[in-house]
Amino acid sequence: METIAMPAINLAVVMPEILLSCIAMVLLLVNVFVPGNNKAYLGYLSIIGLAVTAASVVNGWGPSVSAFNGAVVQDNFATFFKIIFLVSAGLAVLISDRYMAQEECNQGELYPLILFATVGMMLMAAGTDMMVIFLGLELLSICLYVLAGFNRASVKSNEAGLKYFLLGAFSTGFLLYGMALTYGATGSTKIQAISAFVMGNPSVASNPLFVVGMLLIATGFSFKVAAAPFHMWTPDVYQGAPTPVTAFMSAGPKAAGFAAFLRVMIFAFPMLKAEWGQLLWILAVLTMTVGNIIALSQDNVKRMLAYSSIAHAGYALVGFTATNAEGAAGILFYMLSYAFMNIGAFAVVVLIGKKGESNGNVQDLAGFGHKKPLLAAILSIFLFSLAGIPPTAGFIGKFYLFSAAIKSGYLWLAIIGVLNSAASLYYYLRVMVFMYMKDPTEEFDWAGATPAIALCLLLSVGATLALGVVPGTVLALAQKAVLF
Amino acid sequence: MLAIENYLILSAILFSIGTIGVLTRRNAIVIFMCIEMMLNAVNLTFIAFSRHLGNIDGQVFVFFVMTVAAAEAAVGLALMIAFFKNRESIDVEDVNLMKL
Repeated sequence: METIAMPAINLAVVMPEILLSCIAMVLLLVNVFVPGNNKAYLGYLSIIGLAVTAASVVNGWGPSVSAFNGAVVQDNFATFFKIIFLVSAGLAVLISDRYMAQEECNQGELYPLILFATVGMMLMAAGTDMMVIFLGLELLSICLYVLAGFNRASVKSNEAGLKYFLLGAFSTGFLLYGMALTYGATGSTKIQAISAFVMGNPSVASNPLFVVGMLLIATGFSFKVAAAPFHMWTPDVYQGAPTPVTAFMSAGPKAAGFAAFLRVMIFAFPMLKAEWGQLLWILAVLTMTVGNIIALSQDNVKRMLAYSSIAHAGYALVGFTATNAEGAAGILFYMLSYAFMNIGAFAVVVLIGKKGESNGNVQDLAGFGHKKPLLAAILSIFLFSLAGIPPTAGFIGKFYLFSAAIKSGYLWLAIIGVLNSAASLYYYLRVMVFMYMKDPTEEFDWAGATPAIALCLLLSVGATLALGVVPGTVLALAQKAVLF
Repeated sequence: MLAIENYLILSAILFSIGTIGVLTRRNAIVIFMCIEMMLNAVNLTFIAFSRHLGNIDGQVFVFFVMTVAAAEAAVGLALMIAFFKNRESIDVEDVNLMKL
């Protein structure tokens, strides 16, 4: 047996993670020791914490630095993803106080849990050792199990938590078994060492241990990003979880899943592109089609957005299938725009919600456009962006993903993607039809917006339009981020 | 010392039993026990490979898996208690409020 060599300690590389963990722990203590039932101030403190962390993350933009014996890396790829996570956590925190007050489950633990989940996502993006990726994933998942079941008085929230927990732990089992088999076949848990081993021994590609290991890893990640046929948990969990948590889950963790998936699959195994292409092609088509077709028949807005989020994972998988730099940059850009437009849409859902989420159906939006024209217009912008209509961020993102697929020769995949996009228009426009063309069925009582949720809407609308009209800078950054 | 195949076959059998248990059992606690069995099958695989390869990474991994499994158990049982308080059951057939 070898002895463990003490690796060089370079704390600067994991400084953002350390900072955010410390802030989250301090907030936990503040929550316990500061009396009072109104915990909204914790949300504002979290925003400050996230901003500080974001500054520290941006500081790391530049040449990549590896630390802890190659277990963690600070490169532009990780930096770009970390910004996506921090943005989605920040937006989710901004819409939390209004929802929690309305549902009367105003426990302060919500905010530290979101921050810890963000630390987990950041580790997933920065990890270059399967051990670190696994730990980051579990830190994220365990926080999300609690968050999904956060509203203890609500049976639906209980169900969401329990279901997410059982299926999440089950998928972790597959991911881990895949990691164990890959470790056995290649002799290392480090992605670089695995990559070097596969380069040096091409025969390993036909080693059943290795093949089964990689397939199990792909299965595990597909669960996490909610790709069909591993999407069954998504609608129930998204519908049952508190709305701010759903908003967070649909944006941040999905991006984190793609970050780790990209890191493991594409950058560690460039030589297996052809084999992965076939598999990912099927996965992408299934995910887009299943998500969109089932979304067509949904009445509950949250459930509709859940199926739409499955479809969006499918669009991202189109870029993944392309396995070229454009595809990877497309995923980065798309995940960022998706965070803004989707959390924005959920913010409107929170605003129009009543206690117990009793009016979450699309029929309840009847006449909404006449009573609250500004809010309806904002929701329409988000829905247009989700459907991929210019001049919004969703259009640029999809355009980029599909053109990457065409460049790689997957013409049919791009065509199926565009057709799916067209089908998705039906259920997004249906919401608008109810808002603008139906008469209201009942009086709409308005509890008013908080400054935080107004800020969230402002940021999301601004970013959705800005990324759609002048995407150049962010696209250039995304392209730089995927150059290793 | 036994050949590594024996350990791998044993852990594959354990993993399969765990998977089948998750898919067929209806009690949430039993499902969770099956998931724990899957994780321990993985641990056995890691240990066997670690010994076989003379590389200690696998054993380090096992410590992390065990720690995470403990944290997961704490959260999972808490979620089951919360569910039981509202529904007086932990049968997964009763986790059905949001079906189509």
